[in-house]
Amino acid sequence: MNGLPIRIENLDVSYGDVPVLHGIDLTVAPGEFIALLGASGCGKTTLLRALAGFIPVADGHIEVGGEPVGTLPPERRNMAMMFQSYALWPHMNAAQNIGYGLRLRRWPKARIAERVREMVALVGLEGLERRNVTRLSGGQRQRVALARALAIDPPILLLDEPLSNLDARIRQNMRHEVRSLQQRLGLTAILVTHDREEAMSMADRMVILDTGRIAQVGTPEEVYQRPDTAFVAAFMGAENAYPVNVRRANGAVFVSGPHVAGETRLPFAASLDERGVHCPAGNGGPMVARFRSEAAALVESARLPEDHLALAGRVTRQSYLGNVYRHSVRVGEHEFLVDHPRRIAADRTVAVCIPAGALNLFEPDPASDRLPSPHPHPYPSPVTGPDPVAADAAGGRAPSPPTLAKETRQ
Amino acid sequence: MIARTSASTLTAVVLGLLAFAIFGPIANMLLWAVAEAWYFPHKLPVEWGFSFWERVFRPQGNAMESLVNSVLIALATVVASLAIAIPAGLALGRGNLPWRSFFLLLFLLPQAFPSVAVHMNIAHIFYKLGLNGTYAGVMLVHTIQGLVFAVWIATAAFAAVDRELEEAARNMGATAFQAFRTVTLPLALPGILASAIFVFLISLDEFTGTFFVGVPDITTMPLLLFTASMEGNYQIASITALILLVPSVAFMLVIEKFLRADVLAKVGT
Repeated sequence: MNGLPIRIENLDVSYGDVPVLHGIDLTVAPGEFIALLGASGCGKTTLLRALAGFIPVADGHIEVGGEPVGTLPPERRNMAMMFQSYALWPHMNAAQNIGYGLRLRRWPKARIAERVREMVALVGLEGLERRNVTRLSGGQRQRVALARALAIDPPILLLDEPLSNLDARIRQNMRHEVRSLQQRLGLTAILVTHDREEAMSMADRMVILDTGRIAQVGTPEEVYQRPDTAFVAAFMGAENAYPVNVRRANGAVFVSGPHVAGETRLPFAASLDERGVHCPAGNGGPMVARFRSEAAALVESARLPEDHLALAGRVTRQSYLGNVYRHSVRVGEHEFLVDHPRRIAADRTVAVCIPAGALNLFEPDPASDRLPSPHPHPYPSPVTGPDPVAADAAGGRAPSPPTLAKETRQ
Repeated sequence: MIARTSASTLTAVVLGLLAFAIFGPIANMLLWAVAEAWYFPHKLPVEWGFSFWERVFRPQGNAMESLVNSVLIALATVVASLAIAIPAGLALGRGNLPWRSFFLLLFLLPQAFPSVAVHMNIAHIFYKLGLNGTYAGVMLVHTIQGLVFAVWIATAAFAAVDRELEEAARNMGATAFQAFRTVTLPLALPGILASAIFVFLISLDEFTGTFFVGVPDITTMPLLLFTASMEGNYQIASITALILLVPSVAFMLVIEKFLRADVLAKVGT
């Protein structure tokens, strides 16, 4: 069966009295791969579980293929889910797990056996069909879970951080395999993850969630390069923030600040195809510039490159990341992390040079303390606990990036 | 070397004492069962024989009737206990029931008071209801005692089943009942069978409740054993006790067969 479209309209979901999702609107095209990305507690797992029918919908509509499914029990929603824990049944072997959905559909034994063989070959589990699932490795269980989900030929595949329990090497492979299977079978897929690399490498479009609301929907390129808000920019890795003064004129952006020599003219980018400063809103005045550590460079000479914003600073320390050295650079009262191929000694005066294409300008956010932590917890717990508010406090409202923390302390 | 010798000596002594504690009384019982006459100061029976076996099994003696009663009542008690314990365990094990610990304690209540007092009052109530001297009455008394184990063990068994395993079943197209039948119940089954063993053995061994509610119309093996012991007839008592072992061991063997993992796997499909 080919993928079906999903339409979510004004969806509200609560745990008891605690609202978790607020007015979610999302349309998913047939065969599209959507990644729900956000810090722990943002409601991404809740959204997936509401789609699957495990959590009742407080308000709003869910439609699949034009049919409302919001009030249907989970078994009638035709969505196959892969769980973070795999949720394989320990009293059945691999083949019995895979064939379970078909037995419920009263397929004849011979057809079930044939379909199970097909699925086992599809995910590469040959020879392990009779093995009890408790005696399979993490990667093999993952494959059984995938085969079980695909065996019923679902139009929609829901993936709840299914790769987060695998080690890094297997995870890379599985990402690729899941994605190519989804494309080959034409399934509509929704993936929940906290790993932005995973989301970007697998998804057609990403949905960034922030404390129960959609912060941005877009292709990985759009979300990565043209974040709508400072929150999305910080979540996608632009954790260095610097307050500047901005003037816009003649399709260009003029940036000035206490550590900028004069007023720097930078090209403005109105779309993904143009190279220039990304400035989604605001006409000038005081703004916050955000950039990634790996996008900026350190320049020791007085000759500064064209179309770059240069901030005068001093190296405080550095750490070795393998391909680059990550330098801590102090600019006035701010501290930035900037990558550079060579090690630059501490206390050297440098210019932090940010190419126009890597610079994002946002209006100052009064609630900037709500920005995600620069190093989100690698294994957030799924939002199934009784207290999503506490989870929000731990994840979504995590402490601000170090630059901002410094700012408030001094 | 010395340490090892003394350690193995100690192990031997401990094992010996343990064996004596377990097998001593059983050996004594076995001897009594085949003794015609045995009196002080003899260490072993003076006369050996099987005449008491003939007395136990003769048609006028009610040993066989008591045995059948005991087994039938025990089986009925297991069925009744599980019929309550499975839904109760499911509700309590899921943890979102208000007053959860109150209900769990409620089942413990009959065990908390002196059993003679409890059973005297039960007999009083049953008499008014016309349940005294009936199989149903005795079975109910046994169920009350068995329930605490059945419910507590079933609660633990259901609580141990991961919720996501049921969700996965629902997600694959199982209705709530199908998910219970194919996933929850098979996974909780070892615990439920363990509780069945407990209830069966408790019922088979039950004395006070049967004494107050069943006598004189319904006699079970423990009552027969009690009567024989009170009369000082150790041969009859020992033989009765030996017979009582048969259904216990048989039931445990049957259950043990069910507890094997591959059988369990088949239950789920």
